[in-house]
Amino acid sequence: MIADIAFYLFSGVMLLCALMVIGARNPVHSVLFLIAAFFNAAALFLLLGAEFLAMILLVVYVGAVAVLFLFVVMMLDIDFAALRRGFMTYLPVGALVGLLLLSELALAMGAWISVGSAGGVRAQPTPDGVTNTEALGRILYTDYVFFFQIAGLVLLVAMIGAIVLTLRHRPGVRRQSISAQVNRDPAKAIENLDVKPGEGVS
Amino acid sequence: MNLAMQNIDLLMPEFIMAGGGLALLMLGVFLGDSAQRIVSNLAILVMLATIGCIAIHSSDGSLSVFSGAFQVDDFGRFVKVLSLLSAALVLVISQNYIEQKGMGRFEFPVLVIFAVLGMMLMISASNFLTLYMGLELQSLSLYVLASFNRDNLRSTEAGLKYFVLGALSSGMLLYGISLIYGFAGSTGFAEVAAATEGGLSLGLVFGLVFLIAGLAFKISAVPFHMWTPDVYEGAPTPITAFFAGAPKVAALALFVRTMISAFPGASEEWVQIIVFVAILSMVLGAVAAIGQNNIKRLMAYSSIGHMGFALVGLAAGTEAGIQGVLIYLAIYVATTIGVFVCILAMRRGGEMVENISDLAGLARSRPGFAFALAMLMFSLAGIPPVAGFFAKFYVFLAAIEAGLYPLAVIGVLASVVGAYYYLRIVKIIYFDEPAPALEPKMEARLAVVLCLSLAFTLGFIAVASPLVVSAEAAAYSLFP
Repeated sequence: MIADIAFYLFSGVMLLCALMVIGARNPVHSVLFLIAAFFNAAALFLLLGAEFLAMILLVVYVGAVAVLFLFVVMMLDIDFAALRRGFMTYLPVGALVGLLLLSELALAMGAWISVGSAGGVRAQPTPDGVTNTEALGRILYTDYVFFFQIAGLVLLVAMIGAIVLTLRHRPGVRRQSISAQVNRDPAKAIENLDVKPGEGVS
Repeated sequence: MNLAMQNIDLLMPEFIMAGGGLALLMLGVFLGDSAQRIVSNLAILVMLATIGCIAIHSSDGSLSVFSGAFQVDDFGRFVKVLSLLSAALVLVISQNYIEQKGMGRFEFPVLVIFAVLGMMLMISASNFLTLYMGLELQSLSLYVLASFNRDNLRSTEAGLKYFVLGALSSGMLLYGISLIYGFAGSTGFAEVAAATEGGLSLGLVFGLVFLIAGLAFKISAVPFHMWTPDVYEGAPTPITAFFAGAPKVAALALFVRTMISAFPGASEEWVQIIVFVAILSMVLGAVAAIGQNNIKRLMAYSSIGHMGFALVGLAAGTEAGIQGVLIYLAIYVATTIGVFVCILAMRRGGEMVENISDLAGLARSRPGFAFALAMLMFSLAGIPPVAGFFAKFYVFLAAIEAGLYPLAVIGVLASVVGAYYYLRIVKIIYFDEPAPALEPKMEARLAVVLCLSLAFTLGFIAVASPLVVSAEAAAYSLFP
């Protein structure tokens, strides 16, 4: 009963937040609503017993992606009103494509035949006596280690790409040198002068 | 030892590439951009070592690793060697160009290595997860390479266009894969093949269509070709040469393996789509290239047409057809690299020129160069006795044996139309009023690669039999 109430509460708030993401006029508010939606989705994962996914959702999406969005929105001067100006003109075409995809999905779902054993697998997301973080880790680093490693390479290439395309070495840039700062001592940093009244330091 | 880890030594070529890429990355970071030439040469060595490793294990037969996610067989070995050779030759010819254009950074060969590693994963993919991961590894490297000349507006535009459209196609591909997974209950090719043995359910048909759309995008087959001319024109020329070779080969091999291994029971459904795509590609490749003035754009349309011809072999769906595809790819790669060497050698006053009219009257100032380019054009057009003719011969023969007469007839007609623009270049080279002469000197590296390509094209009859035999063995390994 309480689980049901919690489910409807979280999913209701999540849908509202999702609606506000595209409805809010101020882009910063949109991103904040997005973060709220992520939190509710994480709560839904918790209700399902998938605590690892819930935490990952918070760490990755809220911690990294949403904050990145926020930076983009605040730092780049994008005129969102201008971006939305063509909305009504393109609405019919967009609606048509959306309708097509929806009908395809409906057709595909209509053809769904559930295998009898599928329910049994779904009812038990993790093996007995193992937390689902551990269960995920066990298959990720054994059966799926190959894909895990390729994913690592994909991320490496993404990193190389970002550096190749954006890093520029400018001459004459003053950089902080921590070792030089730490190695300074009072003898080098302070000079005692005997200043006579009314003369000042030349 | 874990069951999944059995036969892990089959991954040796991939380990060499990945390890080599990481080592060269470290080397480059420590030595700085001045090490670009060293890193590039070492990258060529890594690729040759990988080819050697594949050659040593060439008699291993068909085996799989990671519970069937990664298939090693003659088909994979053939296409991998082809991709590696193509990429290594591109590194050979790109050296001076990227130095002169001020983009001599050590990341270039490293990205090429990772792109080729992605291709090797694609070629051996026998699971939709491997397919997707390999494809992304390759695509991501290619997006960066396309915009590698980051201070050039057209290069960055090419990279951005490629990225946005490539991401869209990946989305379609994933949508298809998720539908297939949902309805077949597995991502492994063998399991999907078992699930589709008796025909496709509606959901699987949708999945298959989206999958083919995504794959057609990667080989730039019509109607998913729009990005090709812009990306080919905008990207730096050696990188265009790379795009025209190895990625096309790997994506087409992936296409072939997915269709033959995962959907053998549904060939009626996918053959229709492939026939449609092949006809459109051949016709558009032939017609749209006629009006082009820029030779890189012309090569883009040419590659669209050639992918259409290669798909004819896949449409046949037989061993002879797949053998035809493999021979076609080998000849296409060998000829295209020669043409791109010629494009790289088109310089006037220290600047690259790319217009076809710049070649006018080339035969008078540079008879050797003109002869080479003319022969390569004959090969692309498919005129006997040069190599290109045999490429088309094998795929059309397979199509006729499979009873696809309309496809073969349209294909031959399209190749006649296409011959017009290849021969127009020959006419411009030999009979037009000379344009100001191009720079007379050609670098030694370029000349060597051009000679290799020309020797293969002209002497194909002499070297044909080992290629045909190994292509036959490769095609045979794909059918259980």
